[in-house]
Amino acid sequence: MSAAKPQGKARNMIEAINDAHRVMMRQDPDVVVYGEDAGYFGGVFRATAGLQQEFGKTRCFDAPISEGGIVGTAVGMAAYGLKPVIEIQFADYIYPGYDQIVSEVAKMRYRTAGEWTMPMVIRTPYGGGIFGGQTHSQSPEALFTHVAGLKVVVPSNPHDAKGLLIAAIEDPDPVIFFEPKRIYNGPFDGHHDRPVTPWAKHAKSAVPDGHYTVELGKAEVVRAGNNLTVLAYGTMVHVALAAVEENGVDAEVIDLRTLLPVDVEAIEASVKKTGRCLVVQEATRTGGYGAELAALVQERCFYHLEAPVERVTGWDTPYPHAYEWIYFPGPIRMKTALKKVMEA
Amino acid sequence: MDGPTHSRPNRPALALHVPEPKYRPGDTPDFSGLAIPAAGEAPRPDVAAPDEETFALCNSLVRVLDDSGKAVGPWDPRLSPDTLRKVLRDMKTVRVFDDRMYRAQRQGKTSFYMKCTGEEAIAVAAAAAMDPEDMHFPTYRQQGLLVARGYPLAKMMCQIYSNAGDPLQGRQLPIMYSDRAHGFFSISGNLGTQYPQAVGWAMASAIKGDSRIAMGWIGDGATAEGDFHSALTFATVYQAPVILAVVNNQWAISSFSGIAGAEQATFAARAIGYGTAGLRVDGNDALAVYAAVAWAAERARTNRGPTLIEFFTYRAEGHSTSDDPTGYRPKDEPGAWPLGDPIARLKAHLIGLGEWDDERDSALDSEIDAAVRSAQKEAEKIGILSDQGFDDIPSMFEDVYATTPWHLAEQRDASLTEAREYLGRDSE
Repeated sequence: MSAAKPQGKARNMIEAINDAHRVMMRQDPDVVVYGEDAGYFGGVFRATAGLQQEFGKTRCFDAPISEGGIVGTAVGMAAYGLKPVIEIQFADYIYPGYDQIVSEVAKMRYRTAGEWTMPMVIRTPYGGGIFGGQTHSQSPEALFTHVAGLKVVVPSNPHDAKGLLIAAIEDPDPVIFFEPKRIYNGPFDGHHDRPVTPWAKHAKSAVPDGHYTVELGKAEVVRAGNNLTVLAYGTMVHVALAAVEENGVDAEVIDLRTLLPVDVEAIEASVKKTGRCLVVQEATRTGGYGAELAALVQERCFYHLEAPVERVTGWDTPYPHAYEWIYFPGPIRMKTALKKVMEA
Repeated sequence: MDGPTHSRPNRPALALHVPEPKYRPGDTPDFSGLAIPAAGEAPRPDVAAPDEETFALCNSLVRVLDDSGKAVGPWDPRLSPDTLRKVLRDMKTVRVFDDRMYRAQRQGKTSFYMKCTGEEAIAVAAAAAMDPEDMHFPTYRQQGLLVARGYPLAKMMCQIYSNAGDPLQGRQLPIMYSDRAHGFFSISGNLGTQYPQAVGWAMASAIKGDSRIAMGWIGDGATAEGDFHSALTFATVYQAPVILAVVNNQWAISSFSGIAGAEQATFAARAIGYGTAGLRVDGNDALAVYAAVAWAAERARTNRGPTLIEFFTYRAEGHSTSDDPTGYRPKDEPGAWPLGDPIARLKAHLIGLGEWDDERDSALDSEIDAAVRSAQKEAEKIGILSDQGFDDIPSMFEDVYATTPWHLAEQRDASLTEAREYLGRDSE
């Protein structure tokens, strides 16, 4: 883990995200929060719980079931001068809002030469591991990392979730904030048959009160090592850490935290040191963000590599319900990949 | 094997209805069957009236100018002669501007242009009826908003030429203007997106307790987009202070309005299902446009919620410089359109009032022609499209983000090397 242990109250990721909203809504009267069920009830995952009660109905409210409308109205609000923080209930639902995100939100600063900007955050729970079936489990981050003008952030623990979300709200550019819902309540080692450890027993659950940020675009080395670099984000950080420990590999595990723009310096420094690289993503394999990482490493570290860059990913199928734990990249797939990349 | 009806021989084969316009190339257009109520016939509800009092107006047509150019009925906005002359001047300016820029495209000075011939009254009169601080979320063909709000013609042309005077730095297709100071939001090529954006801006204004309102614009064809319906849902749910305009000019490129659902209901009638105030207005009648927008604006400004207005008009020319309308509609159809030319109708009205005459009209034409020519000269001195794209290559990589991230910095440097080594160009 990183050297300095964060000090603060133990919170799970949902509580940390909820707190980030509260901190920013208290600090900045232009921050408004809305989404399906986000108002009175506080969201189906409770990430916005209590906000309407504290800040009133015009700053935190329920939206119609219309992702295109939620994002489209947020464009107008940002144009007016507000800072909308909108919730798309599941990342799988984001597609009706996709045109507004990629054609409008992402491009507005550029197409108007900076006259109109889109300082907004689009929060959305992503990923599997909760028996959500195909429309409650997808990891569509690559669809957004391909879009010029967006920033894409994926936290892996409560401390970073709060600091990254505050940084995202303060950022002058639009940020898509993917929340790994498998680890909302506790970290996950990839073994679905083991009980989930609550965040309370984890150092990264220490979430300071009040305002602090985790800089966008900066990765974190979450485990130092010498023989292999593992690049991961979100839920996969925990799967990677567990697999590295279980397989006794002297690996450096990097939590990317921001996928766009990615911290290329951290990646390059680590891979040049270790000479091997494994990238891990939960999303389907083909055209995924892991492919971008593998290409970056190959372009920048080719002469330092002692083995081809290996990928651990979900399969190229729609997300299956009953076969979720066969789909999910876990310890078995990690073990095979670790063996392959270390023995090459 | 036969189709699925084979096992159900007693049932007739189902037939798909694909709407067709009444007239195709070679036909003689005849709009005499079109239900056009007389000017002055439509009642004008009080601004504070409940939404349902407007529902009958969704299937009628608010008209003020009669066939002789006289303003009649309860919607007559009783504008001052000065205001009427200003509206006439702006409409004429838009037409002259359109003609010159159309020609400029044909001369290869730019890539693309879209005229709004026949629709000039809509944007111009709407601008006159709104407060200058209100925000418009236009689609293309609302160039009249900028003209009416006094945006420099030469600057509009610089946008069309993507030259160094283009405030958008050559990043948008011609006519996709943007200007915050003139209350004109950035135009998107993806249709319908601006509709919920207008609602969001209006919601924000209400959240902040402001007094400014927004107006969203869409064409008849794009009402089929999901954004149209999400905008109406949000506008209605939150009673947003917004005016939502549908410019029904009968044609979405080559598809007639029936392909967007106009056969079964008017576009204004979409308001009824949402329980929102709606008006259907003669879009070739500048006074009716003004009156309707002023009515809806006052409603919005007094927290009485949104209004959907259908402006019933006709796209007299092609969709754009890339379109040839003779391929899908009769050549003389624009001339047969029964609601006339908006400029001629307003001119007749002013003459009828004794506030205008042919002499002043031709003097105005000459004045506008000279102004547009001079603006064009000014813009072309800065450059036409084909000269552009090499002077400031690094600017291409700016404004993707507030600050340039590493990958764009690398690509910017690579593009400069490329330009230097392979194109023999040095950027500033």
